Amino acid sequence: MTLYSLIFYFFAVMTIVSAVYVVTTKNIIHSAVSLFITLFGIAAIYVLLYADFIAITQIMVYIGGILVLLIFGIMLTNRITDVDLKTKNLNSIPAAIFVTVLTALLIFILLTTNWKIAPFPSQDNITINNIGKLLLTDYLLPFEVASIVLLIALMGAAMYSRKEKTN
Amino acid sequence: MEVGLNHFLILSTVLFGIGLYALVSRKNAILVLMGIELILNSCNINLIAFTRYGGLGVDGQVVTIFVIILAVAEAAIALGIILNLYNNFSTVNIDEVDSMKE
Repeated sequence: MTLYSLIFYFFAVMTIVSAVYVVTTKNIIHSAVSLFITLFGIAAIYVLLYADFIAITQIMVYIGGILVLLIFGIMLTNRITDVDLKTKNLNSIPAAIFVTVLTALLIFILLTTNWKIAPFPSQDNITINNIGKLLLTDYLLPFEVASIVLLIALMGAAMYSRKEKTN
Repeated sequence: MEVGLNHFLILSTVLFGIGLYALVSRKNAILVLMGIELILNSCNINLIAFTRYGGLGVDGQVVTIFVIILAVAEAAIALGIILNLYNNFSTVNIDEVDSMKE
């Protein structure tokens, strides 16, 4: 077994175990911290797939942004004075059966499919260079639309969540 | 066994299943949102795995950037909605929010 496989299995197990903990624990804060470990493991998987730029983006955006936003939401929507930030699962057993069957079916399908495997174009530091070129040539329109989407989302979220003035 | 495309696809499928479980069984709306983040991440792993093994150039990584951008926008809007929900119903448990008008 090579070092690459060892690293892959380590991060894959870490990701899956912490993801299972995210969806099964009763404590919401534990769930958020566990999601942090999951997102870190996924960033490591990206590095194993030669996607260094995406891995850094993942850490900065998901862990630095979305996770902080989620914890902020948890703090704002639960009474802090009650010490227990607890929650329950509904219909756990039917949901678990349904999800297990669906996952097994998907894994069966992708194992029996004959994927076309091609080598990665060239392995010396090309991803950031090519991503930059693609963003400003082929993907220029989606790039600009994404900036407008972000602006509208920012304004909409600010407008939607502020308190109404009563007169 | 040497790690190949299938290993990454299985990892992303399992993550998708876990996220789906959170979507259908969690009570708290913020935890449902965490399930959506897991599903989006599994989709990103798929895109990047096919970029690595499919011989299609780095287009998959560019699409991944757009997925991350949309995830940010979605999280911001969803938290705005959840805060509003909390102001109106004093709860974020989605099974108790069952009236369209107070």
